[in-house]
Amino acid sequence: MLLQTRGLTSHYGRIQALKGVDIAVGEGELVALVGANGAGKTTLLRTLSGVQPASGGSVAYSGADITASAPYRRVALGIAQVPEGRQVFGPMSVEDNLRLGAYRRRGDDAEGALEAQFARFPVLKQRRAQAAGTLSGGEQQMLAMGRALMARPRLLLLDEPSMGLAPKIAEQILDIVCGLRADGMTVFLVEQNAFAALSIADRGYVLETGRVVLEGAGRDLLADEQVQQAYLGV
Amino acid sequence: MSEFLQFLFSGLTVGAVYAMVALGFTIIYNASEVINFAQGEFVMIGGMSSVFLLSAGVPLPLAMLAAVVIAVGIGLALHALAIEPARGASVVTLIIITIGASILLRGLAQVVFDRQFHSLPAFSGDVPITIAGAALLPQTLWVLGGALVIVLALGWFFTRTLTGKAVMATAHNRLAAQLVGVNVRFVLMLSFGLSAGIGAIAGVLVTPITLTSYDVGTMLALKGFAAAILGGLGSAAGAVLGGLLVGIAEAMGAGYVSSEYKDAIAFVIILLVLFFLPRGLLGGKAAERV
Repeated sequence: MLLQTRGLTSHYGRIQALKGVDIAVGEGELVALVGANGAGKTTLLRTLSGVQPASGGSVAYSGADITASAPYRRVALGIAQVPEGRQVFGPMSVEDNLRLGAYRRRGDDAEGALEAQFARFPVLKQRRAQAAGTLSGGEQQMLAMGRALMARPRLLLLDEPSMGLAPKIAEQILDIVCGLRADGMTVFLVEQNAFAALSIADRGYVLETGRVVLEGAGRDLLADEQVQQAYLGV
Repeated sequence: MSEFLQFLFSGLTVGAVYAMVALGFTIIYNASEVINFAQGEFVMIGGMSSVFLLSAGVPLPLAMLAAVVIAVGIGLALHALAIEPARGASVVTLIIITIGASILLRGLAQVVFDRQFHSLPAFSGDVPITIAGAALLPQTLWVLGGALVIVLALGWFFTRTLTGKAVMATAHNRLAAQLVGVNVRFVLMLSFGLSAGIGAIAGVLVTPITLTSYDVGTMLALKGFAAAILGGLGSAAGAVLGGLLVGIAEAMGAGYVSSEYKDAIAFVIILLVLFFLPRGLLGGKAAERV
């Protein structure tokens, strides 16, 4: 397993957001995490990238315990997160945003990585000198993904990539996620749009109030009565 | 006319120093939202260390260089010993820590140095240059030139180097900066070192004109703060503009109204800006779609 958590807990002050989460993501897999608002999905991703401290349990990545590692060390190890709400560096240019994505890869072929992202997201090339904050929501999402990919991660954590986007754009973004998986990237995808996420995922987890309540193959979860009632509105 | 020009020269000189102090505020504020009230002490340390190294027989250029290095060391120590251990504390707590640090540094300066006023020899002599009837000290050109070099160097650092961009990125969006792998503790440490260095350079350059003593830092910090507020807290260009404007307003006020009120002008500016222009002159946010 590339990533494995055991009994992972996390608190915001006295409020416990994660109550012992066990998940595993294998090399090359696309794993989806679905659940309602406030279930702890974003907290779990933040704990995986290290910007939110774990209060208990462990996170293992590629066999090493990284539970207490600083976020920048995890980036250097190959974990990149696309945060919820995109969080681009608004006043900075698209190109600078991308180059900062390779911050832990100095000395590597930054130009090559930049060209690769421009090939994947041609609209970013057109807008390379524009301030990131002036892009549309879909373009900002592409920029946030391009920025994360600049780090050449082994594990990509995606937090609600389709949130707030028009259905057509959201579909386009999820197509890109499928494309990444086809290229061999390991992806851990958090989505509120459970149907879309589970249809493209190899496996899925359902998170409820800080606990994993269901897990299985993406298709099986889609067919699960409980999941259908709670998240798919069937 | 020559009188006006005279006031303008003197205003630009002190204004350049306020601008450098305001730049120090801006750099640390951007990295952490903390107002470092020990900023003025770095100016004092720069001036006083040069004076004492010079009197110990160190040649002037070397003494000045060493003074800047000492100030940077103290800036880094302030971060490591006072700010870093309080990581996670509220911004107000951190600001109070910097006020404490400023009192401590002033006290130490009294013990290590003394309580007298000191000067340094002017770098290129004391013969004033006369321009349209107004006298311009050569040292003024050193101060203005030094400020200009610092502004250009900072501009290059923040827009042309990846490390500088990482500092800016941390200011724009701390979370996203962490997620691309920026070590935000290092950014804060760098900011303290940089601010201390800029303050010390200002102190070294201006001491031949304004003299220095262990307690010049307090007033400089308050006026530099007024400059940063006037320019718009967080904006480097605003800090420079605000510094020059505060300096000129002060010199004009002292010249045309009364020098009794010289020190009050900066505070009147703070009040006016907070009442009528709370984001300062250049503090407006850039266009951003959410």
